[in-house]
Amino acid sequence: MSKFYTLIVMIALLHSSTSGVALSAPPVDVDVQVLAELQFPVPSGAAESKYLGLSGTGSFKLGQIAAETVIVEVFSMYCPICQAAAPAVNEFYDFIEKNPALKGKIKLVGIGIGNTPFEVDVYRKKYNVRFPLVPDDDFRVEKGFAEQVRTPTFVVLKKGKDGKLEAVYTQKGEFKSRDDLLKKLPGQPAAK
Amino acid sequence: MDSRKLYLITFLVAVVSCSAAMAEIKLEPRDTRIYNPGELKPVDSAVKVKAGDIAPDFSLPTVAGGKVSLGQFKGKKNVVLSFVPAAWTPVCSQQWPGYNIAKDYFEKNHAVLIGISVDNIPSLFAWTSTMGKLWFPVASDFWPHGAVAEKYGVLRSDGATERALFVIDKQGVLRYADVHDINKMPRLEELVKELEKLPK
Repeated sequence: MSKFYTLIVMIALLHSSTSGVALSAPPVDVDVQVLAELQFPVPSGAAESKYLGLSGTGSFKLGQIAAETVIVEVFSMYCPICQAAAPAVNEFYDFIEKNPALKGKIKLVGIGIGNTPFEVDVYRKKYNVRFPLVPDDDFRVEKGFAEQVRTPTFVVLKKGKDGKLEAVYTQKGEFKSRDDLLKKLPGQPAAK
Repeated sequence: MDSRKLYLITFLVAVVSCSAAMAEIKLEPRDTRIYNPGELKPVDSAVKVKAGDIAPDFSLPTVAGGKVSLGQFKGKKNVVLSFVPAAWTPVCSQQWPGYNIAKDYFEKNHAVLIGISVDNIPSLFAWTSTMGKLWFPVASDFWPHGAVAEKYGVLRSDGATERALFVIDKQGVLRYADVHDINKMPRLEELVKELEKLPK
């Protein structure tokens, strides 16, 4: 192969490797074992509790949510990026609920980091959030992350046959459309 | 090497450079622009006003243009003053976006909100443009530096202000002052509770 074509191939390889790195969202270093041990208040709304598959009052752990895949959105009522993303996240939730292949298998829960129940409720009402949101006013969820959590952060947790959770995808920052996350879910059909 | 080959190489190098640069921009989370000063002394000033006092009047330029004064609301609206320490810093960069989605709670209690910072107008313009469209005026207490903050006793020794909330009734009387730990977010429900105590 001439030197010229060798150079072309090298440039093309460089391009593909650069693109590959660039198009992957920066990973979030999450400790699932720590996240799985955190307890959150069972939502007071009957519909929300039913959606999560929880009964009674008190607290719950993420592993108790009745779903094969649990998507956790760490958000804050005070976060303008979360506010901007709220309609798209709602749309993402609606898409799952309307899709028989996904409904019941994938469930969403929002954790309001640094937010009181009152503040979570302000956010829920403002954006008509239809999936359960729970408060985390003392920032406990931060213990599950290696660095300060940037909101919104999405963690896709897959439940194994032994009931253990595994983080299969993480995403932080802007969320512009439902497809942002939907097409990243392992083993799920991409959004149409 | 002939000129066609040279153009092709130049083009490919440009594509590689552009895609790398664009990817960097795309992946930069917006809030990495926030400067974190670390943990600060919780309060670094002595508040000069207390509940029952007539709140000091002021007139300050706003990001939207024009001026805002406390006096313009006398007899018409309750007023909440929200002093935040500095643009582009943690907590401050979320406090006003939080109030931005809580407009109903202010309106329900016949209150307006005025955000105040000692940053100048251009800085405040750039900073608040990251918060979405704010429904309340953002005023600059930049020059004479921190003069209004000084009247209320919330100017810190480094020239920033405290994270402070003042609730003033329609008669211009101060009803509530919260000079908060600068490192922490004042709870929204505490403010709403104070607004609900105001005479209707």
